Amino acid sequence: MSAVWTLIDLLAGRRDPATLDDREWESVISVARAEALAATLAERLADAGVPGEIAALVADLRTAAKVQQNAALWEAEMARRALEPAGVRFVLLKGTAYAAAGLPNAAGRQIGDLDIMVAREDLDRAEAALLAAGWEWVKSDPYDDAYYRQHMHELPPLIHKDRDRMIDVHHTILPLTHRARPDAGAMLADARSCTAPFDRSERDEGFLVLEPGQMAVHCAAHVMADGDLAGGLRNLWDMHCLLENGLAVDADFGLHVLETAAYHRLSAPVCRAIRLSRHLFGTGVPDYDWPIITISFAMTHSDRLFLRALTARDDWGRPTRPLTRLLFYLRAHWLRMPPLMLARHLWVKWRRG
Amino acid sequence: MHSIHLSIGPAHFRVGSDWPQPIDQLAQLYAAYPPPSGPANATVRLFAARPWRRFIRPAVHIGGDFTIPDALPLPLSMGLLAAEMAMNLQMALGWRRHLLLHASAVARDGCALIMSGASGSGKSTLAALLGESGDWRLMGDEFALFDPAGGNALAFPRPVSLKNAAIGEMTARVPAERFGPLLKGTPKGDIRHMVPRPDALAAMHQPATPALILFPRFGAELSVARIAPSELFVRLTEASTNYALLGEVGFTALTRLVTSVPALTVSYPDSASGLELVKQLWAEVAP
Repeated sequence: MSAVWTLIDLLAGRRDPATLDDREWESVISVARAEALAATLAERLADAGVPGEIAALVADLRTAAKVQQNAALWEAEMARRALEPAGVRFVLLKGTAYAAAGLPNAAGRQIGDLDIMVAREDLDRAEAALLAAGWEWVKSDPYDDAYYRQHMHELPPLIHKDRDRMIDVHHTILPLTHRARPDAGAMLADARSCTAPFDRSERDEGFLVLEPGQMAVHCAAHVMADGDLAGGLRNLWDMHCLLENGLAVDADFGLHVLETAAYHRLSAPVCRAIRLSRHLFGTGVPDYDWPIITISFAMTHSDRLFLRALTARDDWGRPTRPLTRLLFYLRAHWLRMPPLMLARHLWVKWRRG
Repeated sequence: MHSIHLSIGPAHFRVGSDWPQPIDQLAQLYAAYPPPSGPANATVRLFAARPWRRFIRPAVHIGGDFTIPDALPLPLSMGLLAAEMAMNLQMALGWRRHLLLHASAVARDGCALIMSGASGSGKSTLAALLGESGDWRLMGDEFALFDPAGGNALAFPRPVSLKNAAIGEMTARVPAERFGPLLKGTPKGDIRHMVPRPDALAAMHQPATPALILFPRFGAELSVARIAPSELFVRLTEASTNYALLGEVGFTALTRLVTSVPALTVSYPDSASGLELVKQLWAEVAP
């Protein structure tokens, strides 16, 4: 059993932690670190009675993740203080959103940059407000800047000059050059508030996060329709937790997610994310077999290729299967740009070395 | 992958290498250390960036659980140095159990003397000399660890990395079997590793109460000056690799350290006078 599968089985609860030997533990920890899932695993093992050194490591990882999460929520609060006076309504996305909403996958989840979404017509005001509040451009390269503004789903990344933290300001969930054009306006309109993690006694509305179905669709689009599957296991663990969380209150939450996906024309990536999440982590999304419509989340042949890319790590945490990885790297560019534009982009990038 | 497990204080490294030589050198250098047990808590890798660079002009890249992009590789002849740097890197970037200070430390009667300062300040040489004097045990020359719960200093007694003139100074008084190979012409000049005395290794899991913090300055006129807690705090945040990452825990631990332990800057022209000065200052604060 390779360490990456041991990690998946531990997360899914299919493997008894007591059965791991010392060499398996150190490999699992290395792989989990490489996949940004170490503290997530630690949260899963918190009450598992793991042996001495692993218990100490579990405590280290959990504490570090809590510090990181607190800092991430504080960063969201800083963004709120900059954007609210300018009248810009914003929604938290990804890690910070999971933490603010207290979702099950928030425990131990690594959070890097602050990701927010604003309406496209608010983009200029958001940018001006953030610049006035101490955020600065990371890249000053005119090509990259123009590229972001014309073709991407977000502003070029901004970094705060004092706190040294990045913010990505999105106005939709996929690059503008992508073949799918989800309805960001509907996502913003459906957003709902969650309790504020910091004391704001005067008017406690909390932060906005996406509606649960939209959140799952965004998660799936992010992992399956954008990028080269780097961090894919972590994102699919998010997907698994978001689905389980929805299923706990609505046994047909899977159908709700499918309907939302169909509205945004993202059925293919969302179905694939559900199939892989179910295969990897045993998500309880049921198949449906009605007289006219059958919905099955059984793995397809192409899913197997995704699985190969998602599990391409050896027991030292090193990436393996370079050809599969190259394939997904090329796919990421193919999804993102029409061929002529891709050629021009690669030419500019190559010329600049 | 060639590999070895090394246990140094609370850290337990799994070191993997594309080449056998660095692993053999580590096995020799760490032969006197207590044998590790249980699973490693940090993974270090020495690797060739391209498969053929394993054989043609072999270049050792350092990596592991935590990596920094664009770190320059070392030639295979300096594989041992690469391994030591890689272990330092894992500690600096990944260790969260304790507050880490870039400092050397020695202990006597359960109390610790911490020496911080830039590379070349003489903190390593002073710690090595004190460690050989017989009264002190060397706790480490790279990182001093502080337990956030109790404030104790913990040992991380990796082999002392002696540089340039300090090599001759120590080879004159320490038996040859406690030295690693001489690494000539490294980015930091000549380097030779010296294994701490057996008693220091045997006591590596014993904590010590911090009693004095010094900022040595080698090659200057003899002088001593007190450092206020506020200045000490700022200096130590700069010397710490994980202060900010620990959040409130780090703040509390550092505040306790700077308010409970006296700190001095000490300048001295040569090692002998530095050693005398340190012993004299210790006698004044020793509990």
